[in-house]
Amino acid sequence: MSLEDSQQERLEEIFEDLFERGALSLTEYLGELTLEVISSEYLSLCKQLQNNADMQMDQLIDLCGVDYSEYSGAVEERYAVVVHLLSTRLNERLRVRVFATDDELPVVESLTDLWKSADWYEREAFDLFGILFAGHNDLRRILTDYNFVGHPFRKDFPVEGNLEMRYDEEQKRVIYEPVTIENRVVTPRVIREDSRYV
Amino acid sequence: MSSSSNSDIRNFTLNFGPQHPAAHGVLRLILEMDGETIVRADPHIGLLHRATEKLAEQRIYNQSIPYMDRLDYVSMMCNEHAYVMTLEKMLKLEVPERAQYIRVMFDEITRILNHLMWLGTHALDVGAMTVFLYCFREREDLMDLYEAVSGARMHAAYYRPGGVYRDLPDEMPKHKPNRWRNEKDLARQNVGRDGSVLDFIENFTERFPGLVDEYETLLTDNRIWKQRTVDIGVIDPDLAKQLGFTGPMLRGSGIAWDLRKKEPYEVYDKLDFKIPIGVNGDSYDRYLVRIEEMRQSNIIIKQCVDWLRKNPGIVMSTNQKAAPPPRSEMKEGMESLIHHFKYFTEGYSIPKGEAYAAVEHPKGEFGTYIVSDGANKPYRLKIRAPGFAHLAAMDEMVKGHMLADVVTVIGTMDVVFGEIDR
Repeated sequence: MSLEDSQQERLEEIFEDLFERGALSLTEYLGELTLEVISSEYLSLCKQLQNNADMQMDQLIDLCGVDYSEYSGAVEERYAVVVHLLSTRLNERLRVRVFATDDELPVVESLTDLWKSADWYEREAFDLFGILFAGHNDLRRILTDYNFVGHPFRKDFPVEGNLEMRYDEEQKRVIYEPVTIENRVVTPRVIREDSRYV
Repeated sequence: MSSSSNSDIRNFTLNFGPQHPAAHGVLRLILEMDGETIVRADPHIGLLHRATEKLAEQRIYNQSIPYMDRLDYVSMMCNEHAYVMTLEKMLKLEVPERAQYIRVMFDEITRILNHLMWLGTHALDVGAMTVFLYCFREREDLMDLYEAVSGARMHAAYYRPGGVYRDLPDEMPKHKPNRWRNEKDLARQNVGRDGSVLDFIENFTERFPGLVDEYETLLTDNRIWKQRTVDIGVIDPDLAKQLGFTGPMLRGSGIAWDLRKKEPYEVYDKLDFKIPIGVNGDSYDRYLVRIEEMRQSNIIIKQCVDWLRKNPGIVMSTNQKAAPPPRSEMKEGMESLIHHFKYFTEGYSIPKGEAYAAVEHPKGEFGTYIVSDGANKPYRLKIRAPGFAHLAAMDEMVKGHMLADVVTVIGTMDVVFGEIDR
């Protein structure tokens, strides 16, 4: 095996046993490669992607949560973590997706020991989706307000929120109340599968 | 302080921001100090969080373009660029070459716009007031260009999937006389505006290198500037990669990584420019890198102007399933009328799948990741903002430095909260 081989071929060779066990799958779409791994193999896979001389993924560019609960298609688990990796040495990119096995308590291994940049991205995914990262030593909320309740990017969290805030003249302080605004959908969401889009 | 301890010295915690002129917006820093030295810095962000990604899920694809302007609000068109590039990738939409050149030209104008803002505020934070005034003088010209092509000085929404909203106007708008402006001022403000927009851009590119020299005479060999920036916030190349640095922050540490060269998009592979890199990875090197980037951007703009002069043509894709029809046709043809109606009411659906596309934004790699389930609205949109990764390294960069250096480090990171908090 050499770097001359395509990224896909190299991946297939390095992770041969994972593919055989069905723990890993590889898809190519629009020239981008996506690895989908089972959560128990996620951390060791990422470690190999970082250290293997034929992969050298030295940068974690992005990590985000996705809530697949309303996705039209066969997705069994609800929460996924999607990682975008970049090798600046080989000029290659790779996407890794892992589904959390438990929908009630989604837990995924933390990548903070491999890439320091994972720290804030994982805090963000925890804040917005409630995905927990095992091994992350500072998993606090990051984007939402102090004392915020809920995980706003989950599909069942209303866009208009649950609470609104105002200054109360009588009590001379800021108070929280249930929201009074309603979500107004101007254009409905439609899925078109006609020939135009194929 | 407890009297039982045998020392009267202890660490104390200092709150910095969220409203502080040097915090570049709404950054709250909790600093743990040992005297004047910083032991730990904990940035609290999210004070400008507007849930752009969640809002985008509720809207048809085109309605989110203006949201992109409001992310990094000092480099508006580059944000749009990453978003429309992802859409074009998923729609497999071809962009006319003239539109590609216009985009590249405006990306570079935006880069200068961003770096001028960065230079002005960075110098202001460190203590040099004058640079700020000079930088804003030039920003005015560039914002007038934004206005000339899109109608808005900042939030342009000029890039659309399939091209740009419209071709460059034949006439550059001029300042008009009023009671607060005398003839002399008016003549100075209207320099170079007699011809088309391209003429004005060309006039700007001729003036600009001399103006960069002007900023440099104020800073590059300035002893105080060097005392405040040299060896402050040093990041070695391996650590920079570990921390997810991109753009000038990575290049300042000596890694020649630039998406315009490494993954050329639009017409960057046809243009001639160089990538400056730093040596020491300190704030001064990043300053030099960004100054040189402004000069290189100027060279790119010149090349684009030359090409655009010689090659007229369409600026919007003719694929009417994913791009609007020309207005003239819409009044005559039934087919175009239907396309127009469908395009602006229901929008277009994107085939099921996912894609990530990134551009070399003035601050680093700005990318958008879209998951589509075949609908006319994104299922999930994730914005990869360069500033988010940079600010996450705050603790790493200020540890062991003095309190005053925190301001230098915030400045050198070029943070803008629109993109960090999203």
